[in-house]
Amino acid sequence: MIDPTFVELSRWQFAATALYHFLFVPLTLGISWLLVIMETVYVMTGKEIYKDMTKFWGKLFGINFALGVTTGLTMEFEFGTNWSYYSHYVGDVFGAPLAIEGLMAFFLESTFIGLFFLGWDKLSKRKHLAVTFFTALGSNLSALWILIANGWMQNPIGSVFSPETMRMEMTSFAEVFLNPVAQVKFVHTVAAGYVTASVFVMAISSWYILKGRDLAFARRSFAVAVGFGLAASLSVIVLGDESGYELGDVQKVKLAAIEAEWKTEAAPASFTLLGFPDQEARETTAAIKLPWALGLIATRSLDRPVIGLDDLEKKHEERIRSGQIAYGALQKIRAGDKSPETRATFDAHARDIGFGLLLKQFVEDPTKAGEAEIKAAAASTIPTVWPLFWSFRIMVALGFLMLFTFAAGFWLNATKRLEQNRWFLRLAVAILPAPWLACEFGWFVAEFGRQPWAIGEVLPTFLATSSLTVGDLIFSLAGFLTFYTLLLIIEVYLMVKFARLGPSSLGTGRYHFERGALAAPAE
Amino acid sequence: MLDYETLKLVWWVLVGALLIGFAITDGMDMGVGTLLPFVGKTDVERRIAINTVGPHWDGNQVWFITAGGAIFAAWPAVYAAAFSGFYMAMLLVLFALFFRPVGFDYRSKIADPTWRKAWDWGLFAGGTIPALIFGVAFGNLLQGVPFRLDELLRAHYQGSLLTALLPLLNPFALLAGVVSLAMLTVHGGTWLQLRADGAVAARARTFVVALAPVVTIAFALAGVWLWLGIDGYRIVAEPSHGALPNPLAKEVVRAPGAWLDVYARMPIAVLVPALGLVGPLATALLARAARPGLAFVTSALGMVGIIGTAGISMFPFVMPSSLDPRSSLTVWDAASSHLTLTVMFWAVVIFLPIVLGYTVWCYAQMWGRVTAAEIETRAHSAY
Repeated sequence: MIDPTFVELSRWQFAATALYHFLFVPLTLGISWLLVIMETVYVMTGKEIYKDMTKFWGKLFGINFALGVTTGLTMEFEFGTNWSYYSHYVGDVFGAPLAIEGLMAFFLESTFIGLFFLGWDKLSKRKHLAVTFFTALGSNLSALWILIANGWMQNPIGSVFSPETMRMEMTSFAEVFLNPVAQVKFVHTVAAGYVTASVFVMAISSWYILKGRDLAFARRSFAVAVGFGLAASLSVIVLGDESGYELGDVQKVKLAAIEAEWKTEAAPASFTLLGFPDQEARETTAAIKLPWALGLIATRSLDRPVIGLDDLEKKHEERIRSGQIAYGALQKIRAGDKSPETRATFDAHARDIGFGLLLKQFVEDPTKAGEAEIKAAAASTIPTVWPLFWSFRIMVALGFLMLFTFAAGFWLNATKRLEQNRWFLRLAVAILPAPWLACEFGWFVAEFGRQPWAIGEVLPTFLATSSLTVGDLIFSLAGFLTFYTLLLIIEVYLMVKFARLGPSSLGTGRYHFERGALAAPAE
Repeated sequence: MLDYETLKLVWWVLVGALLIGFAITDGMDMGVGTLLPFVGKTDVERRIAINTVGPHWDGNQVWFITAGGAIFAAWPAVYAAAFSGFYMAMLLVLFALFFRPVGFDYRSKIADPTWRKAWDWGLFAGGTIPALIFGVAFGNLLQGVPFRLDELLRAHYQGSLLTALLPLLNPFALLAGVVSLAMLTVHGGTWLQLRADGAVAARARTFVVALAPVVTIAFALAGVWLWLGIDGYRIVAEPSHGALPNPLAKEVVRAPGAWLDVYARMPIAVLVPALGLVGPLATALLARAARPGLAFVTSALGMVGIIGTAGISMFPFVMPSSLDPRSSLTVWDAASSHLTLTVMFWAVVIFLPIVLGYTVWCYAQMWGRVTAAEIETRAHSAY
């Protein structure tokens, strides 16, 4: 049996390295497009200030990007290092989008990004703009492929378990590629990245305006960010990935847990705005409910019910029993039984083999599990509700806060009243951490809500690990945390230093610290 | 559509090509990292060296990442067993590589000499440690790795922490590490000779002339050792090559000299190690004759020979098991399904030429020697 402490440590390491990585990804996804917009204006109008904007925000982008690359390296190999059985079991399907991500996206992004930073004097205006564009395209394509991989973990379609090779095998690349969960996740995630970058540029520009520094530079940056951010935050909210939550049992569990819907309500279900989920009693106390809302959001209909956790657990118990039969037939096939009866038994229950594997947390041989173990395994398919319930609500609240800020900023800017409304500028600076928090809470909901599965309904997390030791994991987890934290401190130090310096850091001689504090703003 | 057996073979060639592509491109900037503290005495000289690879190292590193992804997709069993089996070594490689993105981007953002010197050593570590460990990994693959597969095809290994790491650092593996480190350092040296200016290029030339023969000598020694002192692996019974992959369905024996079977069966294969021996020598001569462009090419050809030798000597093995030879992973039984290999084959056929095309374009745009004058005029934007 696999040591639960070891499984916990493996999960902590993946969560830590992935959440660290995603501190740097969203800014890259969005700011690369903001740079394309700024540089396009420069190429079209020939105004130097837009070149300075591209260079300055590009400098901050570079400081962020370096850690995105650093922490991303770990991710490419971590499935192999720490989730070895996972890699064997699903590599046939999951490996393909990862490899294509390298070929199609990482090469594009990383080959051109060096020319973005260092090619200003060597490339013509148009060529440099093309370089900036391909960097942005590459970053965003990498999000596409990694979310196809992640979408498959949530809703594993286009594949089948093969008893001969003892792994999942791809049956349709098109299905894996067009997985609706993946497509929704992609749009939601890149739009969240665009919001992050817009908040970043808006907040720092607002700070310059509050300080009365480099106003021409700050106003233009603000206008680009707030326009892009308003459109992006609307898409994030409208295209929230709840719409994909109907597909597959795991997504259903996640949805019911987010909403703390213990029992199936008559359609259309009401939406629990706030409340205190009680896991033991299986009810939500002090719940404030909006009638109909959940049914409408989740099923886009008035007549389909949202299945509650109790009913899902009952259904899972059935699937575990079916999985036991599948596992028994699998053992016979692996031992050389070629009879059509065994094969027929296996095929009839094959889709529940993953549920059978859930029993391995209690017994070595799932066919020998008793009633108590089956009940316990079924209970393990229901995640702890309150962290999901609250994380989701924090994410959504932050989303609306950012939408409000962009809308207000857009309106104040359009009516030329931005600089009089210092409360707004202070708010715009203060919400700087909001998009990062929202992104991290969002990933927590998506991945904690997937538990106990590594691959939904297919492979339990505890089985997916490598055969390492607790000592190995303590060493590596400590190593990653130490390295990443040190690098993060250095990154934030440089980011703050250059954000404070502002465009004066470009050495053009046209900005605040280069011309004395009382000089007129550059036009 | 290609048949399954052919595709399995094609994927062995493609993974080999990605690894060689990694050595030629990223190996070059890692070699520059190793040489950095020695070819640059002043800050400007070091910036010259760094900026010869500054615009390109990140794209080059994607060869490493893509090779990892391709092994995941094409040989999931190898991806699963190798990276967890070499856990400690893999962590060392990753921790060392962490210094590179930040080293390149952050180093020249602050003028403080201590800050810059610290990042210079970071770039040195980021180039040197992985180069050494990649060789050590190949040295261990050739000796067999202590892992076994259970009935559910889960991989198990011997040891943890230091008891897993230290046995990897055995004399033969360290010799392989020397081959790898020297070969990448020479390669980086030819690049510096080609693209850096003044004293940096001159010092790089000295290193190439001195180190390239070391590559040949160490590689030859490793060959003799492999012939006389290391047991190879041989398949004695196996299912057909087009069968569904199942590593446990074959029988494998360890035998002295088995890694040289291929040269008896196919004498022309001797050309591959010959290329590995001659390439570095030609590099030394060309560097000495101040022909760095050609020296870069022969250095790359030498790496094709050296990496190719490891590949064809072990063929069809990819990761032999010393603990349970039957668990060894081969080209035939570690592969993905027919569909996945097909999809990935077309992905490579479509995208690799595009990648090569824009990579060449980017190098062409940035071509020219990096000079001290250039660094001084672009002090705010250069690395």
